[in-house]
Parts: sequence; C-alpha cells; structure tokens
Amino acid sequence: MVEALREIAIDADMPSRLAQVTEPAQAKLEVRNLSIAYGGTPALVGVNLEIQENEIFGIIGPANSGKTSFLKALNRMDMFNSDMQVSGEVFFNGRNVRQWRNVYALRSRIGVVFPLPVGLPMTVYDNVALAPRLSGITNKAELNEIVERCLSRAALWDEVKDRLNSLGSLLSGGQQQRLTIARALSQEPDLLMLDEFSIAVDPVTTMRIEDVLKELRKEMTIILVTNLTQQARRLADRTAFFLSGSCVEVGDTEALFTGQVEDTRTADYIAGRFG
Amino acid sequence: MADVTRPLSLAAHRDADEIDRRNLDWYIDKAVQVLVFIGGISAIVFVIGIFVFVTAEGLGFLVDAFDFGEFFGSPRWKPTSEYRTTYGILALIAGTASVTGLAMLVAIPFSLGAAIYIAEFATGKTRETLKVLVELLAAVPSVVWGFIGLVIMNPLIIETFDVPVGLSVLNAGIILGLMAAPIMTSIAEDSLKAVPDRYREAAEAMGATRCQLVFKVVLPAAKNGLLGAVLLGVGRGFGETMAVLMASGHSINLPDSIFDSVRALTATIAAELGETAVGSDHYQALFTIGIFLFVITFVINLTADLIVRGIRKG
Repeated sequence: MVEALREIAIDADMPSRLAQVTEPAQAKLEVRNLSIAYGGTPALVGVNLEIQENEIFGIIGPANSGKTSFLKALNRMDMFNSDMQVSGEVFFNGRNVRQWRNVYALRSRIGVVFPLPVGLPMTVYDNVALAPRLSGITNKAELNEIVERCLSRAALWDEVKDRLNSLGSLLSGGQQQRLTIARALSQEPDLLMLDEFSIAVDPVTTMRIEDVLKELRKEMTIILVTNLTQQARRLADRTAFFLSGSCVEVGDTEALFTGQVEDTRTADYIAGRFG
Repeated sequence: MADVTRPLSLAAHRDADEIDRRNLDWYIDKAVQVLVFIGGISAIVFVIGIFVFVTAEGLGFLVDAFDFGEFFGSPRWKPTSEYRTTYGILALIAGTASVTGLAMLVAIPFSLGAAIYIAEFATGKTRETLKVLVELLAAVPSVVWGFIGLVIMNPLIIETFDVPVGLSVLNAGIILGLMAAPIMTSIAEDSLKAVPDRYREAAEAMGATRCQLVFKVVLPAAKNGLLGAVLLGVGRGFGETMAVLMASGHSINLPDSIFDSVRALTATIAAELGETAVGSDHYQALFTIGIFLFVITFVINLTADLIVRGIRKG
C-alpha cells in the first residue's frame, strides 16, 4: 500500500522530474532491442536506436517494414490490441514506457498524426479543444487561446478562423490533416510522431506542413515516418532505414543521401532501385 | 451516318448479332427485376391499404358523431352507457403515455448501458454471447411478457409497496421497458459500431481514457443513431398491446401515481372490438382510435428514421 502511494506520488511529480532529465547527454527516446509480433508473426525485430531532443528523426522504408508498428509501441497503442506482442525496452525521457502506470499520461505527452486525416465529428474548435478539455481545462478564455495558438502553428488559423463552429470533418483533406496536427499540438507534446502524414495531402499543403515542422523542431522532438525519401532528406536530421521488420541502419540524413552508407540496401532504396 | 453504309466486316456482323439478340440472361435479369420490384412496392401497397381500410371503417363516426373536444378532451370512455354514450379518449391517451414514459425511463439506461458495453468494452466471446442473448430477448413474444407482469410482477409490487393492486402504470411500464430494451440495444449498438475506429484511435493517441473516449467522442458521433433507437422504442411502446393489456390493470383512469391502473389505446381496441356490432358508433369510434394510433406511430417512426439517416435541421 505504501509502495503504491509512493509510486503515485512519483507520477504526480513527473513534470519536475522531466525537467531534471532534459540534460543534453540524455536521449529523448531510447529504444533497446524492441521486437513486435502480431499473433506470433514478427513485424519488427531487435530495433536499437536513440532519438535526441529537438531533432527531426526520419524513418524511411517500404510498406510492411514495421514503421507504423514501431510508432505504436512508443506510445503503447498496443495496449488495447491483444494481438500485438511487444518486447524490449523503450525509454522516454529516461523512463521505461512499459512501466508507466498511467498510460494515458504517457500518450498525452506524445502527439500522433495518422496517415489519413482524422477530423473528429465535432466542430473545428472542439477538435482542437478536446485534448485540453480531457486534461481538465474548462476556462473559456484559456481554451480560446490554446485553440488559436495551435491552429496558427499548424498554419490553419487564417483559413478556419471564421468557421470555428463548422464541423471539422467537413474541411478539405489537407485542412483536416493540419487540423489533426493542431490537435496533436494542443496536447503540448514533448514528442510528435507523424506517420506518413502527406499520403492524402496535396503537394502545396505538404510543403506548408513541412515548413510548420521545421518551426516546431525548436520546441519538440519529431519522429517523421515517411515513404517519400526526399521528404526525409528535406526535413530529417538523422534517418533510420527500416526494411522487412528490421532497422537496417541509422545515420546522418545528409550522409545517407550522399552515399555514405554501411549497407548497400540503404543506398539502393534511397536511389529508388527497389521499394 | 456515312459509316452505316460501309460494308460490315465479319467481326462486326458477329458483334451486331450479340448486341441485338436478347438471350436467356437478359430475360432472367428482367424477370428478377420485376419480382424484386413487386416485393418492394408491396410494402407501400400494404401501408396505404391498411390506412385506407382503417380510415374507411372509422369514417362514419368521424363525419357524423365526432366531437373533437369530447374525443380528445374527455376522460370518459363510455361506449355502452345506457344513459349517454361518451367517447373520450383522454384517459386512454394518458394511460398509453404514462406507461410508455415510464417504460422509456426503464429502457433507456438499460439499453444504452448494454449497447455501450457490447460495442465498446466487451471483447471476443463475451461480446458474441451477449449479442445473441439480446437478439433472443427481443424475440420473446409479448404475451409472455404480459404473463410475467400478471403472475410475477403483480404480487411483487403488492408486497413491496404495500398497495392493493399490482396491475398498474408501474407494472406495465417496467414490463414494456424490458420489452423495448433489447431492440433499442440492438439499434444503439449498431450505431456505436458505425463510428469509425480511426476516431477511437485518434482519441486514444491523445491520451483519452476509455470513458473519455466513449463519452466525449463515440457517443457524440453516434448521437443520431442513439436518438433513433430511443424513438423506435417509444414507437414500440405506443403500439404494444398484449403485454400492456395484461399488466396495466385495464381500467379507465387519469393516473395520479404510478400505482394507478390505466388503460391503453391499443388495449381498448383489442379488448372491445370483438364485442361491438360492425358499423355501430362504438365500432367506428374504435377505428378512429386506430387512425389516431396509426398517425402517431407513423410520425414517431418517420422522425426516428429521419434522425437515423442524419437529416437534421440547420
């Protein structure tokens, strides 16, 4: 009982603990020997990598290489999927995510943007205000401020400021994807994970979102899963190449794209010889 | 046009033959279309037919003896009075409305709770078993429910609340509520299942707990379907006859409390129609009640349908 209470006290103390551990030496995210299987079929095997604070970390690789599963393991989206077995360790801010008692608190620190835009069937305003409301903010002025700030940062404010009360699901695909980003930002995440965000977005909007990401990097760490290798080149500081469920290599993006690779498969994929 | 006069090649001749000849497949296709069309149109024919029949039977009363104020304003339903016959259905409307209202108080929490559990929380075998059981419950005949009201609920209510009669609004309301709940559960569960999983995923990724997910995202997204489920339950309540006849006490009353016996519109028709002379005022008055019920259930079902389809104002 005392043990349990102490654990809760530690959880409640999280913000200050986080402040202590953000020393440059510590990786934002440390993945050790992470393996994922679905009903016994391995999807990802033995991944080891570190992601530093305030970097954009690109993950490239063809379909079925385990990129999305990797993201799911980071914020423990496997919890409600009894089919998905995860082993290995993920340290987020130095703490093993497998041992976070309150998985909801973990998720609220990690923003996720899915491949297809998800405008929840509520107003634009409510879409962005949902996460703050879930965390208990009810003050109208404060919510207004959050909604405007997040929509502005997602480069959507000017387009929707006059129709905050129309349904979010009625926006165009590109706008909905930026709404999704605004919603992810409203959680004030430490870490933003984008899973092939440009799959349903036109090139112009893609470029706008990429500009947004460059701005956001100053404030948070970003993991960018993409199957557009050039997008990784434009944005990522370092890039990992995933292939058929394993992490082939991790390296400085510019180095990878200029041919300084350890594994020839990486060079072949980047050059477009397969995948 | 000039092309037509060009001599046709052999292949073109073959094509022309294919294009112009109606083969067996063509006839089968036509025949099936006609059959299906008849099946579809028959529903409309029956609805209109019933409405015309009921209206025709009640028309004499409506034209000659109908007194709007008395019919809807008087609680006295005395079609067989020696002294003066009155046809007031206010007490019957009150009976139906009070029983249906109480039934909804019982059914809505039960059915929504069950639907949320089945759709959002239960998994695997539990879920499948529950779904089958709910469907099974929906298939219990209404006379069985009436029997339960009469034989089990009646003494239970008399004992528990220390009242002289257990056949009352309370009894009929509970019975009707339990009857309507499975159908409402089934429809409500369908509308919850229709909420796309990506909404759930998005909310989960945001750190929403299971409850926040259900109440802040899934229920608002499914609200049309849920409202439709409730309205269909109300329609069921208005139309139900046998169980209400058996459990409500069937005495004409403007109820003051849930322990009063009441009589429902439907039960009145069922109990009295066999006793009346065809074409008499009484007979026609019962059909007028039928018209009234028909219109009400039609409006309720139509509203439910429109809501389920998501046609909303503004």
